Amino acid sequence: MTSQSYYVPAQSRWPILASIALFLMAFGAGSLINAMSADTGGGSGLIMLLLGSLCMGLILTGWFGHVIDESRQGLYSDQMDRSFRWGMSWFIFSEVMFFAAFFGTLFYVRTLAVPWLGGEGDKGVSNMLWQDFSASWPLMQTPDMDAFPGPAGLIDPWHLPLLNTLLLVTSSVTVTIAHYRLKQDRRSQVIGWLALTIALGFAFIVFQALEYAEAYDELGLTLHAGIYGATFFILTGFHGMHVTLGALMLVIIMLRVIRGHFEPDHHFGFEAVSWYWHFVDVVWIGLFLFVYLI
Amino acid sequence: MGSVEHAVSETEQHGPAKGITRWLYTTNHKDIGTLYLLFSLLMFFVGGCMALTIRAELFQPGLQLIVPEFFNQMTTMHGLIMVFGAVMPAFVGLANWMIPMMVGAPDMALPRMNNWSFWILPFAFSMMLSTLFMAGGGPNFGWTFYAPLSTTYAPPSVTFFIFAVHMMGISSIMGAINVIATILNMRAPGMKLMDMPLFVWTWLITAFLLIAVMPVLAGVVTMMLMDIHFDTSFFNAAGGGDPVLFQHVFWFFGHPEVYIMILPAFGVVSEIIPTFARKRLFGYVSMVYATSSIAILSFIVWAHHMFTVGMPLAGELFFMFTTMLIAVPTGVKVFNWIATMFRGSMTFETPMLFALAFVVLFTIGGFSGLMLAIAPADFQYHDTYFVVAHFHYVLVPGSIFSIMAAAYYWLPKWTGHMYNETMGKLHFWLSFIGVNVTFFPMHFLGLAGMPRRIPDYALQFSDFNMVATFGAFLFGFSQLIFVYNLVCCIRSGEKATARVWEGSHGLEWTLPSPPPYHSFTEPPELDKNNTGQS
Repeated sequence: MTSQSYYVPAQSRWPILASIALFLMAFGAGSLINAMSADTGGGSGLIMLLLGSLCMGLILTGWFGHVIDESRQGLYSDQMDRSFRWGMSWFIFSEVMFFAAFFGTLFYVRTLAVPWLGGEGDKGVSNMLWQDFSASWPLMQTPDMDAFPGPAGLIDPWHLPLLNTLLLVTSSVTVTIAHYRLKQDRRSQVIGWLALTIALGFAFIVFQALEYAEAYDELGLTLHAGIYGATFFILTGFHGMHVTLGALMLVIIMLRVIRGHFEPDHHFGFEAVSWYWHFVDVVWIGLFLFVYLI
Repeated sequence: MGSVEHAVSETEQHGPAKGITRWLYTTNHKDIGTLYLLFSLLMFFVGGCMALTIRAELFQPGLQLIVPEFFNQMTTMHGLIMVFGAVMPAFVGLANWMIPMMVGAPDMALPRMNNWSFWILPFAFSMMLSTLFMAGGGPNFGWTFYAPLSTTYAPPSVTFFIFAVHMMGISSIMGAINVIATILNMRAPGMKLMDMPLFVWTWLITAFLLIAVMPVLAGVVTMMLMDIHFDTSFFNAAGGGDPVLFQHVFWFFGHPEVYIMILPAFGVVSEIIPTFARKRLFGYVSMVYATSSIAILSFIVWAHHMFTVGMPLAGELFFMFTTMLIAVPTGVKVFNWIATMFRGSMTFETPMLFALAFVVLFTIGGFSGLMLAIAPADFQYHDTYFVVAHFHYVLVPGSIFSIMAAAYYWLPKWTGHMYNETMGKLHFWLSFIGVNVTFFPMHFLGLAGMPRRIPDYALQFSDFNMVATFGAFLFGFSQLIFVYNLVCCIRSGEKATARVWEGSHGLEWTLPSPPPYHSFTEPPELDKNNTGQS
């Protein structure tokens, strides 16, 4: 393990371009959201956001493509491989902490804030604000029903959420089978199992969209429906975005397998995506338990 | 494997490119370190000008120079710029320059991502500073941006503030991942974790803290964005949420954040004191364990920032005792620094002066922190100038002095020239006097009841405020000496040797000054003189 063979890339244009694209996305999103809230259109913000997103997509494609080329030229040593592994592991840890903030919010609200509003404990004094409010979870009756009309109904965990749990858990199994087949160099089977994983992932997203439509149209469970709706949508929403990203990454991995990338003993790109997919799955188990079930 | 050798020889010969593209496209840890440090210096002056605006307004009671709305924007921006723009990037810059040289690596583990981590920052801070010119003014709710001031009552520019914070978070997380990957994977063969210099150790732990809490900051600003624009009620009790929830999530990020700004400072001081005491660091292993303990404790003390918010008694007690516990590992560190100097052959070059001032003045800041940790006493101190005095003592003669010490200590290594020692000493003494004249009177102001974040105050606070303003201007303008010394040192000056300091230890001193563009293209041989402990 000498660092003699550690590949230090030459200068690169990708990072500065990506910074510009990120700035366009952030400034565009800010302008768009502000204009939406002020009801003043927001065309320029939308254009900036779309332009930035398009550029970011192209840049990331180019940047990752560059890395893949370098890897396929054999420029990367085992030590480089370990750098990527550490990088991806810590990135996933940062994602875990991102979700931890929202789970922490949910637990704090459920076990402390709402009971206090209802008059419980030392802090019962805050009950004076809305004296006829009584605490419950899920919170159907918010303290101020005019400002935040609580939901009329809830998602039944034993229908779509249970189905989605089965879909995601199964997809974690199928991606693992694909990984084993890759190690055995049975490539057509790898593609098959990956395709199945992707199908399960997209099915999850479709069912999640159906669930959102039901929540909005029939149950009055919206972002505006008080703290239950807020925690429900921020947790499931960010999870859904991560599933979407993970599914896209799986699609790219499958295309790479079709193109003949990856070797039985050298396929970190594949493993990184599968790690990410397992992470998304584990988050869902937490969601199913604490958002839907308990 | 032919292509491997080809690629390596290409990078070996690859010196810096010419012109601006060297800086825009660079993948070199030294170039990126320099960019971070210069950016931090720029932000230090931007944030410093805001501080002087605040102090000028507070020179006398009554409203003289600026309107209260602008005063609030100044206190907010000063805090945000100094925390996220000056102190954090300075330490990342030091990490970039020093860690590969200290562990015997050719570069950082992920050089292109390293460039991206840096170049996000100028865009993020341009966006944040641009809010000052937007309709309704910039963020005016304090750097801690408590809801509902930052949600219901915020100016529209808060949206851009939120996205700027997201960008800084992305930058910090990528930077921290890079540091961890470098430390865990790029050490010279044979260098065990317990052989690493203490600066590397403190950065390993800091990087862990960054990856753990920057996403939580992203989470809390996202909830703000949702509350402001998408009708949620996270921080609104009318919908069943809680404004205090904001404070809990923010300080869950915020307390580890203050250790992110001080742990690398501990590392710097632990490098400098042994060099100028000409002794090995006393208690290396206990330093490592103390740093780790502080990092772990930082996750269970956050609500000591919120003693007066109305927590249950059990919460007050829990957070009071855990906070006091932090004094133990911190005391271990201070003891070790002093024991290192005990019977050492000390000399007092500029880096050592800054490091010594760090030990003394940081300890004062630590003690006032201990006072604030006492929940019943905090009811008196909360949101007064005593708090301002406390955190400025740990951040200015704490973090900033350690950054100055690091700059003087490693400048000869970076530039190949010695800085002007007389000017360095002048800079130190004026800074030392300026800092104490500025912030020491604030203890008295706070104990006497002057609230923080106000543009006007009762007449009995006049004298101490006047003194503090004199001190602030002295401190602020003294920093120009540093800039002049820096420019002179980059351009010319006495040639520095590889070792630079008589008592220096560590791999970075085995490289020539200035070091080659790629630090260690071949892994160095280790001996007891170039590892962290002997």
